[in-house]
Amino acid sequence: MSLDAKVPSGPLAEKWTRFKREQRLISPANKAKYTVIVVGTGLAGASAAATMAELGYKVLVFCFHDTPRRAHSIAAQGGINAAKNYRNDGDSVFRLFYDTIKGGDFRSREANVYRLAEVSGNIIDQCVAQGVPFAREYGGLLETRSFGGAQLQRTFYCRGQTGQQLLLGAYQALCRQISYGTVHMFPRCEMLDLVVIDGRARGIVTRHLVTGKIESFAADAVVLATGGYSNVFYLSTNAIGCNVSATYRAYKRGAFFANPCFTQIHPTCIPVSGEHQSKLTLMSESLRNDGRVWVPKRREDIGKHPNDIPESDRDYFLERKYPSYGNLAPRDIASRAAKEVCDEGRGVGPSGRGVYLDFADAIRRQGIERIREKYGNLFDMYERITGENAYTQPMRIYPAPHYTMGGLWVNYELMSNLPGLFVIGEANFSDHGANRLGASALMQGLADGYFILPYTLTHWLAGVKPGLPPLDHPEFRRCEAEAHQRLKRLLSIGGQKTAVEFHRQLGHILWDHVGMARCREGLLQAIEQIRSLREEFWENVRVPGSDADLNMALERASRVADYLEFAELMALDALRREESCGAHFRVEYQTADGEAKRDDERFCHVAAWEYTGPDREPIRHEEPLIFETVKLAERSYK
Amino acid sequence: MRVTLHIWRQKSPGDRGQFVTYPLDNLSPDMSFLEMLDILNEQLIQRGEEPVAFEHDCREGICGSCAMMINGQAHGPERGTTTCQLHLRSFPDGAEIYVEPWRARAFPILKDLVCDRSALDRIIQAGGYISVGTGGAPDGNCLPVPKADQDKAMDAAQCIGCGACVAACPNASAMLFVAAKVSHLAHLPQGQPERKERVRKMIAQHDREGFGHCTNIAACEAACPKEISVEHIAQLNRDYITSALASLIR
Repeated sequence: MSLDAKVPSGPLAEKWTRFKREQRLISPANKAKYTVIVVGTGLAGASAAATMAELGYKVLVFCFHDTPRRAHSIAAQGGINAAKNYRNDGDSVFRLFYDTIKGGDFRSREANVYRLAEVSGNIIDQCVAQGVPFAREYGGLLETRSFGGAQLQRTFYCRGQTGQQLLLGAYQALCRQISYGTVHMFPRCEMLDLVVIDGRARGIVTRHLVTGKIESFAADAVVLATGGYSNVFYLSTNAIGCNVSATYRAYKRGAFFANPCFTQIHPTCIPVSGEHQSKLTLMSESLRNDGRVWVPKRREDIGKHPNDIPESDRDYFLERKYPSYGNLAPRDIASRAAKEVCDEGRGVGPSGRGVYLDFADAIRRQGIERIREKYGNLFDMYERITGENAYTQPMRIYPAPHYTMGGLWVNYELMSNLPGLFVIGEANFSDHGANRLGASALMQGLADGYFILPYTLTHWLAGVKPGLPPLDHPEFRRCEAEAHQRLKRLLSIGGQKTAVEFHRQLGHILWDHVGMARCREGLLQAIEQIRSLREEFWENVRVPGSDADLNMALERASRVADYLEFAELMALDALRREESCGAHFRVEYQTADGEAKRDDERFCHVAAWEYTGPDREPIRHEEPLIFETVKLAERSYK
Repeated sequence: MRVTLHIWRQKSPGDRGQFVTYPLDNLSPDMSFLEMLDILNEQLIQRGEEPVAFEHDCREGICGSCAMMINGQAHGPERGTTTCQLHLRSFPDGAEIYVEPWRARAFPILKDLVCDRSALDRIIQAGGYISVGTGGAPDGNCLPVPKADQDKAMDAAQCIGCGACVAACPNASAMLFVAAKVSHLAHLPQGQPERKERVRKMIAQHDREGFGHCTNIAACEAACPKEISVEHIAQLNRDYITSALASLIR
């Protein structure tokens, strides 16, 4: 089967304009005849649902939280990129596009990324109009700062709570539509399955998390905006509830899963303090604007108070290795460099898995008040978690699993290979290649939801007749029955271990073998270990309670069950990609000075996996990446 | 560390509910309060009992999920902190800790520590937004906002919608929540056209949901994990009175 990306022809800069010019339309009077389901209410889901409803479609929105305002987009701290060139520092759509393509190590689709850069300016305008309180200069105009992987200041921000403010903007737009009755909101509902009839996505099966009721909903199109899967590592920066279930179950119904091994390890997280730990906390990458990263030069200095180590005995390793980008080297590069110095035995903190992020210079230069104004809430958060004051001594940070660049395969129109199934935001694979640059996740979420999907979905709907399949269709019945059975089965095992224990074990396997650096042998070993852990899970998990009321242990077990299958796909994908690119590092493939070595001859493509049944190897399809405008180059930040 | 937990257990909305005592040992002071509950729940599952239901998600103090009264204080003893950011080092070794759900008529209890806070969503739906469709917005720099106004707007906009203000208020009033949204939008030029209508609609919905009135006790400010000031309630009151007078004159 060939994967048609449906990229419009013509010059790169005109593709999106051309698509919009040629798209089919639906008359306002007819739009209300179409029903669209949106699953997930983060930046992508909420903005898409609000916009589709504004256009006149009937929209059903589902989220597993008690309210859409709790989606994990809310936790993004640092900012959102846009090619506004307000700073007069040489920014342009092309430069934002190029930084993003290069940052992703040339493993994303050129046309998608260009479009992302193209609509980035509109996002800022839209959010300002909604009342998002972006940081301002004294003259009242918008302020910006810089982020990893760029030599410009194009990142707009709301103190350290940019994700929160952007999400609240989208949530308020959604609330407005709910009040108009154009959006029907279903909170505390988890999607359990995708219903496919005659090869086309026609609805979903959900479980109400309080009553346990399993229900079906039909639609003309289904949009998944369900986020990423880095919780597969157990410890990650994701919220506890983030999971792969919606996209994985769509995969089991025929949607292709693209590049599952592309997971990002974020360089600036608070290090793990002990086995009890349930999640990792990110310290915004924006801190690297003013913080200098270092470790002691000599092992003998480990354990000394950092303020007692003189300047001459400190190794500012990012500034040393990457002089032109310094502390603002992209995430994958900064993460690997931190791991490297810790592997050499120069890591700091109780676990030896930490490096210093030091603000002493910035405080000396700019004054403590300025630093407090820029990052105050982050410093407070750090102190609350570690009990240390980062104004008087450096922070300790270490890389942790963060964003996932893999996701369901989509074409230029954001539709998966299953007609009628659209996937947006982090849940799809398309825009970040093998590594996501900072401040571009918020950009993609809102670009997809506000400015891309409403056009492409309209174009697709215009080609199908409106009308819903009956909910007693055998396919709906079958999916509901399977969902019931699965939950009953989980409850009936009555084993010895909790789902959380299995999850923690799975996380260890993945972090060791499918984490920041991978090798063939490790991956083969991981696959074996995942298989036997999965087998044990289905014989020995213990899930208390019933499926007829609020049962968070059951929800967790069900998601862990999906992770136990999905993890194998991740390892398999990493195994087959015999190159290093972006955040994906295969130790067998590196340059003489230890940088990632791409293989454009063999791997300049998207790997999209097709499910073929339980315990059968999935089929790997390839979508070649065609670069019409940029020249593939070795990524250098030196 | 060792603590004794007394946790409110309630099977369902109609159930009477009661405190159940759980002693816990071998805890690390670096553990967060929720990680301690995780450990308790793991033990309960091992023993074949149902774990304590509590809401939580981001565990970074921003999603607003984790809601519980700890020794009578919303989100526990630390100022400006959500429960997920509260660590055991804030308690003495051997502490006796009482854990309860938010208690307010407008927040019915669903199970154990979980209550239904959807009333807050309905207040926003009543008008807590700026009516702007997608596309066609003017350039962001067309509307300059003085930095001081923007800072005030941002101070208010930080609200995480956790409901601690309601839980702490003896009248179970959600006035700080409403004030935060009203004040956020009132400090920006974009919020002006709907300013008067917004405040009236939101207050009306607040009252319909069964929240109590504000009597200026300021327990909300003390409990707010984002330390949102009651000054915003003063702003809300000014806006409400102006708006009510304007509607009379009209």
